[in-house]
Amino acid sequence: MINILTILLLPLFLPGLISRVKAIMVGRKGQSLFQQYFHFFKLIRKDEVISTSASFFTRAAPSLALAGTLVAALFVPIGGKTALFSFKGDFILVLYLLAMTKGVMVFAALDAGSSFEGMGASREISFTAFLEPAFVLILASLIYSSGFSSLSSILGNYSLGGNDLLALIVGIFMILALYIMLLVESCRVPFDDPATHLELTMIHEVMVLDYSGFSLGLIHYTAALKMLIYAALIAQIIIPASCTFPLIAFLLITLGIGIITGIMESLIARLRMNRNLELVLVPVSISVLALAALIAKSIGAW
Amino acid sequence: MKNPRLIPEPMPLELLDFFQYIRQLISDGHLLLNYFGSSEKLIYALFGKDGELKLLSAPFPISESYDSLTPEFPAFNMYERLLYEEFGILPEGHPWLKSVRNHLPKEEKHEDYPYLMSDSPLLHEVGVGPVHAGVIEPGHFRFICKGERVKHLEIQLGYQHRGIEKLFLEGDIREKSHLAESIAGDTAIGHNLAYCLALEALSDSPGAAMPIRFIALEMERAAMHLADLSALGTDIAYIMGQNLFAALRTTVINSALAICGSRFGKRWLTPGGVNYGINKEQADILRDTLKEVRAQVINSAEAMFGNSSVLSRFDDTGVLSSADVIALGISGMAAKASGIPSDARLDFPLPEQNSFEPFTIYSGDVYARALLRYREIIQSIDIVLSLLFKLDFEAETKRELGNFSPSSIAISIVEGWRGRIIHMIKTNAACEVVWYKMLDPSFVNWQGLALAMRETAISDFPICNKSFNLSYCGSDL
Repeated sequence: MINILTILLLPLFLPGLISRVKAIMVGRKGQSLFQQYFHFFKLIRKDEVISTSASFFTRAAPSLALAGTLVAALFVPIGGKTALFSFKGDFILVLYLLAMTKGVMVFAALDAGSSFEGMGASREISFTAFLEPAFVLILASLIYSSGFSSLSSILGNYSLGGNDLLALIVGIFMILALYIMLLVESCRVPFDDPATHLELTMIHEVMVLDYSGFSLGLIHYTAALKMLIYAALIAQIIIPASCTFPLIAFLLITLGIGIITGIMESLIARLRMNRNLELVLVPVSISVLALAALIAKSIGAW
Repeated sequence: MKNPRLIPEPMPLELLDFFQYIRQLISDGHLLLNYFGSSEKLIYALFGKDGELKLLSAPFPISESYDSLTPEFPAFNMYERLLYEEFGILPEGHPWLKSVRNHLPKEEKHEDYPYLMSDSPLLHEVGVGPVHAGVIEPGHFRFICKGERVKHLEIQLGYQHRGIEKLFLEGDIREKSHLAESIAGDTAIGHNLAYCLALEALSDSPGAAMPIRFIALEMERAAMHLADLSALGTDIAYIMGQNLFAALRTTVINSALAICGSRFGKRWLTPGGVNYGINKEQADILRDTLKEVRAQVINSAEAMFGNSSVLSRFDDTGVLSSADVIALGISGMAAKASGIPSDARLDFPLPEQNSFEPFTIYSGDVYARALLRYREIIQSIDIVLSLLFKLDFEAETKRELGNFSPSSIAISIVEGWRGRIIHMIKTNAACEVVWYKMLDPSFVNWQGLALAMRETAISDFPICNKSFNLSYCGSDL
């Protein structure tokens, strides 16, 4: 029950929180924390304009992407300690559901036939292709330390606390890798700028230029949900298995992620496009390092 | 007095002598300032060197064509295209003759436009505009890219058709301040000053309150440079710079509001002097405000230029070489950032103006143009502060214009914040205005942006564009 509520209600809060923090950082008042919700409800009540050169795929893509992400979210322990559904090896499903949503949006971007959107699709694919191995390696590290089972139980079994120094180091590595993945996947600074109006510099935003109304509302929600999934993964690594109020701990960590992202975004500029690759390679290298440390320990080299 | 300048109508030269003379002047190191055709069927060429101006003219060729100067001197490129478009005088051998502001007869259909295209499967085209993402002004940009890298940028303007030069001839030329202010809305003071000076030169009655005019000009410069630093911050998602510089710009333009009732300095200047003087109390407030702004600009700029993520975006992005600046005759900000000290305050000083030394930076990239803005903001504020210190509050603010001189041409050159602004008026024997010509630096400098984009990533176009911040309407007229 809690999982369903958080999956439905919480996602749109995070982008609103980040922009509020950014506004306060530069001395402005900023929008309401719930502005994203108002915006969402405004969009889903609106009519759509669809490009004459687009096929049925353009119409179908936002719903497909939403469905994929929602199903993936059901296997992630968002809010509570356990996910709604889980089976042994379900993380492979989660991984490919997330990959599918991306693929769907990329095809939709190419479908409309605009030169901008093709450019965005090419960028999105070439950069985020590096995130998939990072995600697999992080899961591998978790499985290595807590045994092969479902996503929610390997996350639940892992804990930063205790006297295990190695678990702490590896945990911090994984959190860092997941956080960078969160920034890339939800198009935050320094990877992308969600506030920009400049099509030529956009990555994710340019792919959805042809969307409006109801579809755009779904796309906003899907993007926010994706961000929440990554935040939940980070939270579950941090929250110890013995925590009595996992929901409160989860909410606090999500809040913290939003505030840290907001502060960081106000202090740095976004990267040059050709240096984005350096950023997306960081999670891969960090997760290799984490897995290597765990293997070193198990063969007694630690 | 060299600038503004009143010269008697030049005797038209033989066409051959005209082009011979042009070649000789250029080889003597003269700078091409303007080249245009007029309704009297004459081609004019204006050159400058060491503060001296030279104006030559020649009748239109009877064959309606002549050998193009552009292959030899690329600085003629835009002017020759405009001459062909306006008067049908064909510069034969021009490498890329296409329209500037209107359709050429051969470009009736869209397919007939001589856009640069490539059939190579390795290259792709990205067309942007004419509707701008920020819905500012119309302009069409065509990129030919190899992957993310721009090989060529073609900029096609000419969507506005306001006919400003014709509007100057309707009604009393002495009452066109508002029109001069709208040539380029962000350079209201710069263009209005050039207009006022041209009229004053034509009637041989020097304008009053020159120090107040300089204060207005430098405040406009500081305000626009602040706006551009803010916009550069926006484009690289550095919201600290975006917000701080935008707030400081508001402080500066609100100071103009307190003096003349317009944040953009509209109606501040008028032919013969200024509409609004500065009294002791206003001067004190302005001085205190600007000192505060100066301190805060230094703080914000040191933070911005000390931020490695900002430098990583600005450094080595959109480099414009000094050779291109010289070849194309690019002026102002864009030239100074590429190491060429092109500044009308140095080259063509106005009466009562203090001696001036422009800053130059040699790297020619976005960083150079951003840093130059910072330096010029401080320089402009210092000029205003020193002018305020010496300001005579009792001085007259406005003089009557005298009668116009017959058969003369008045030329005024002002360094607007963007670069060299040139206004010219011609009268006939009956002292009536025959034509009014104006040149905004954007007209020529757009070419600089196109060249700076070559071999630059297409995603860096917005910051390159913003670092030049050229005027669409100033070019379209």
